Amino acid sequence: MAIVDLANPSRFLNLANRAIPWFGGAAVLAFAFGLNQVAAVPDDYQQGATVKIMFLHVPGAWLGMLGWAVMTIAALGTLVWRHPLADVTAKAAAPIGAAFTLMCLVTGSLWGRPMWGTYWVWDARLTSVLVLFLLYLGVIAVWRTVEDPSRAARAAAILTIVGALDLPIIKFSVDWWNTLHQPASVLRGGGPTIHPTFLMPLLIMASAFTLLFAALLLAAMRNEILRRRVRTLRLLQASAVT
Amino acid sequence: MTALAAMLVRDMRIAVRVGGGALMGVLFFLVVAAMVPFALGPDLALLKRIGPAILWLAALLASLLALDRLFAADQEDGSLDLILMGRAPLELVVAIKGVAHWLTTGLPLVVAAPLIGLFLNLDGPAEAALVLTLLVGTPALTFIGLIGAAIAVTLRRGGLLVAVLVLPLTVPVLIFGVAAANAVSSGPVPFGTPFTILCALTLASLVVGPFAAAAALRQEME
Amino acid sequence: MRLTASNLACRRGGREVFAGVSFSVASGELLAIRGRNGAGKSSLLRMVVGLVRVADGQLALEAGDPELAIGEQAHYLGHQDALKPSLSVRENLQFWADFLGTGAAAIGEPLARVGLETLADLPAAYLSAGQRRRLSIARLLVVTRPIWLLDEPLSALDAVAQQSLTEFMRGHLAAGGVILAATHGALGLPAAREVWLGQASSPRVEEGWGGGSEGGATTPAPAPRLATPTPSPSGKGEEP
Repeated sequence: MAIVDLANPSRFLNLANRAIPWFGGAAVLAFAFGLNQVAAVPDDYQQGATVKIMFLHVPGAWLGMLGWAVMTIAALGTLVWRHPLADVTAKAAAPIGAAFTLMCLVTGSLWGRPMWGTYWVWDARLTSVLVLFLLYLGVIAVWRTVEDPSRAARAAAILTIVGALDLPIIKFSVDWWNTLHQPASVLRGGGPTIHPTFLMPLLIMASAFTLLFAALLLAAMRNEILRRRVRTLRLLQASAVT
Repeated sequence: MTALAAMLVRDMRIAVRVGGGALMGVLFFLVVAAMVPFALGPDLALLKRIGPAILWLAALLASLLALDRLFAADQEDGSLDLILMGRAPLELVVAIKGVAHWLTTGLPLVVAAPLIGLFLNLDGPAEAALVLTLLVGTPALTFIGLIGAAIAVTLRRGGLLVAVLVLPLTVPVLIFGVAAANAVSSGPVPFGTPFTILCALTLASLVVGPFAAAAALRQEME
Repeated sequence: MRLTASNLACRRGGREVFAGVSFSVASGELLAIRGRNGAGKSSLLRMVVGLVRVADGQLALEAGDPELAIGEQAHYLGHQDALKPSLSVRENLQFWADFLGTGAAAIGEPLARVGLETLADLPAAYLSAGQRRRLSIARLLVVTRPIWLLDEPLSALDAVAQQSLTEFMRGHLAAGGVILAATHGALGLPAAREVWLGQASSPRVEEGWGGGSEGGATTPAPAPRLATPTPSPSGKGEEP
């Protein structure tokens, strides 16, 4: 089934209805496995048990950025190819990505308090992630404020593509600037510097969150399609009454 | 439902359903407060010292946002004509619209302020003082704003004019609000002195605002 | 109840819109305000309501409520609909019922009378222009006020809706109400009085047909047809 076939909303709904339980179930299993692993991880010799916030914080960051990447691809779909599902994807992904970014900021803040002595510091990494969060809120505001869905889609798409500039900034902020936040430990040139005892649970948790993201995204897209159908029906209802 | 209760419910419904709802003001508040460290640099000690002032300014600007639509929206669709033909006194109607504006714009700012204070490195007592002063001061900002909104009601792009008219009138509120918020962190002045003056300013604005705004609306309409 | 205007003048934006307008309309009577575009028909209506300042002349209401201004005893149906698109049909009408009325008013029946009861929970944004107009008309039905001021009431309505409005107007007059209607064309009802604005000579009151008697409803009204003014003795008054 090509992407083109999915352009039909009804076909997409069928696919989504079948896929969501699978993604959801897989996410539950992955979480069960991952949390089990996290519990088994020994305390860090420096940070103690608080290091385990990492298993929420890092996936939150990754998925916040993944969410924006999904929105960027959808934005291209809206502007260049006018794929009808692109609008729906972009609108559905925004709140989910924003929630993961918020999770990253909050867990990071709680982690920073015992580590650095402060809830917040204006260094490059934290600031660029905060900017990402504000961009998410801005896109959500565009979706909610502009009345006509297709105009909202185009406006949001432009904002999304411009905002995508933040993603490389976030990634490389710890390299380009002198930051309080630690440098990259997983996705870096020489291979991960993090110890395998921590790396495996981290990757499992990240996979679990990604499956959750997929399930939530499909569910949100389904909701949006149904919402648009309700709107169309209401318009028909109004015009049917003389 | 009485006329005034109906107006309150209607205005709050519209505020929540249209234009992003109450959260738009909070979002603006957050963005403005986040801009300041970009401009000033990340010096946490400096941010802590000027944090209350920044948040007060941001709250003032965020309150202004929804003001220019307060009467202009009703004037444009003909509702203002009918409101003037209602039997409820115009001063009370204007006051109720002010209450609705505060509940949907000002109060969310008060709730969001402590979280945003964290970004500016405010500590516990400073946060508490900030919340208290904003709680008392934001109604004054709204009710003084009513006057500017009423004067600019018939203008198409009245937003900037409303800001120009309202900001000077809010200077006393700003001065005493920031003074009270800062008093817990620094200086010999106790919190109570500027705070009671702030309370007095708010009470005065609750009366003066609706009367002046109603007079301005009547002038505009004729 | 009698509404009397003597020598009303209106000035807007520095120019005189009309002057020397006088009329008198009593319970059960319909006053038609006629004139070309820009003659000031809407301004005259708004002046009666109190939304435009009286530059000269006087307005007086006899046997109305002495505590209330004329506008507070009147309904105004202008060019705009005073509807909020984000509120439902029901919420819009309920608001005006509560705000303009004196107590709990049932909105189900007026909604049904204008044919919008099936759309009651639909946001007003989804309504067509004609449906919006009918919702505004429902406002006149849900709150009882003796004076109706209507500005081009039949515009934006299809034939069925026009007939409904004419029936509502007939009912209002029969109950002793007063209607002032600004219009270019026919109203579907005989106009007891007429006022012409913007003529070369100063406007005067003329009597159309249907009497001009007090309590005009006792005169059996002819079947609904286009109401055209009879030529007055001076030869003026033909609808262009």
